[in-house]
Amino acid sequence: MQEVLHFQSADAEPVERADILTEARQLRRASEGAARGLSLTVRGLRKSFGDNDVLRGIDLHIPAGQFVAIVGRSGCGKSTLLRLVAGLEKPTAGSIAFGEQPRAQDIRVMFQEPRLLPWARVLSNVEVGLGRERSSADAQARAEQALVEVGLGDKRAQWPSVLSGGQKQRVALARALVSQPRVLAFDEPLGALDALTRISMQQLLERVWRDQGFTAILVTHDVAEAVALADRVLVIEDGRIAQDVAIDLPRPRRRGSAELAALEGEILKHLLEGSEDTSDL
Amino acid sequence: MSLIDSLPRVRAPKLPRVDSLIPWIVPLAIIVLWQLACVTGFVPSRVLPAPTDVALAGWKLLLSGELARNIWVSFWRASIGFLIGGSIGFAFGLANGLSQLSAKLTDTTLQMVRNIPHLALIPLVILWFGIDESAKLFLVALGVFFPIYLNTLHGIRTVDPQLIEMGRIYGMSDGELFRRVIFPGALPSIFVGLRFALGIMWLTLIVAETIAASSGLGYMAMQAREFMLIDVVVLSILIYALLGKLADSASRALERLTLSWHPAFQKK
Repeated sequence: MQEVLHFQSADAEPVERADILTEARQLRRASEGAARGLSLTVRGLRKSFGDNDVLRGIDLHIPAGQFVAIVGRSGCGKSTLLRLVAGLEKPTAGSIAFGEQPRAQDIRVMFQEPRLLPWARVLSNVEVGLGRERSSADAQARAEQALVEVGLGDKRAQWPSVLSGGQKQRVALARALVSQPRVLAFDEPLGALDALTRISMQQLLERVWRDQGFTAILVTHDVAEAVALADRVLVIEDGRIAQDVAIDLPRPRRRGSAELAALEGEILKHLLEGSEDTSDL
Repeated sequence: MSLIDSLPRVRAPKLPRVDSLIPWIVPLAIIVLWQLACVTGFVPSRVLPAPTDVALAGWKLLLSGELARNIWVSFWRASIGFLIGGSIGFAFGLANGLSQLSAKLTDTTLQMVRNIPHLALIPLVILWFGIDESAKLFLVALGVFFPIYLNTLHGIRTVDPQLIEMGRIYGMSDGELFRRVIFPGALPSIFVGLRFALGIMWLTLIVAETIAASSGLGYMAMQAREFMLIDVVVLSILIYALLGKLADSASRALERLTLSWHPAFQKK
């Protein structure tokens, strides 16, 4: 009798959020072996759209679980590289190989726009991220876990239109995370957010990356963001990797510290030198 | 302080009721002015009977059962014609919005037919069907077809491609993509078509019934004209106005129900 009652109350009322969070973490640790990041090897990658050669030979190895940021001026091909890795475009030449054959839900993309379905409640939007598993019995529970993880457990029944820009982007993050991807590609996901929201989103990204251990590829035009988050920053220029900078600073990194500023200055200097040649400033 | 606090709370529940009455102020005022104009003899009753006379005529017709029968016949024709034309238009809209081949095959033809005013077909329709039920249903269906077709097509074509890409990335099958992304995205536009179609539905039916019918509201009005029963003529016109308003309210209610996610339909 008591058992039955206990069951009902657990069903009817939301469980303490802290409980779900710890439970979620434990669950993840249990399945950590499976949710680890994938390594990624790119060889001789080229991509042209008609006469326009966007990528002209990219060679790159990303170890499993690394956080890589890709920076460059607009039109340098950084987003195209990301879309190729995510399988949204087909390469003109060259290859992209993962450490293991990935399943569809192992690679997820987060875009600059949240791309939420306006006619679906927040929770159903997150469930979309489960891909083929979205009709499984625990779909809703997993979606709720992912929402709690991005701090929006109380918004599950809302329409996306009532959320702020930062909250929408967090829902999009929960949708990308819910299938426990092994590679997560970010295409300027914070580009449209205000400065303060950006910083808290950066901290959230770093936290979930450390928690889940996926391989993260972040395309951004913000060099400060790149050096604050990434293990490694790739500078792309004219369709090639112009610079590959390792950021060996301990985490959590203090924003505005001298080391970060120095690295940022160095990369920016390189980017600006490049633009002097074309004199398009 | 506590008085100021309590004021809005006391007022708040009353406001919505006043709000819902506001739209009826103008129609009521018109009826009152109309009655005054008739009673004072400013408008002779041969030109326009007083609202009370119209109401009386309505009451007589209601008692004889004639009114209910005619309204029912018109309502039946409108709904069946709307269902037939609407579902064919919707089907073509879906097919042409989703399939390039289907669009190439039929869209040009449909656009040509669209530019023929469907009421211009009345002589031909009478020759084909006589003044049978099928003539009216055909005209209503034809009139309703195009707004539904065009707006369904437009709705499907303008669904945000970024959302479609998102759906594909997250492994949605074609059916799921349609059910979860394309159809809900096209729905606001489909409703625009629905409301246009409801207007055209009444217009077509009235014209068809005044020209070629032996029952229905339009027939009732034409017969009353023959016998110079101007109060019945005015009565039929007022009933059209009410039926039109009713159809519009129904589609609005449906819209509120299905588009509750849309910022335009959310309570502030």
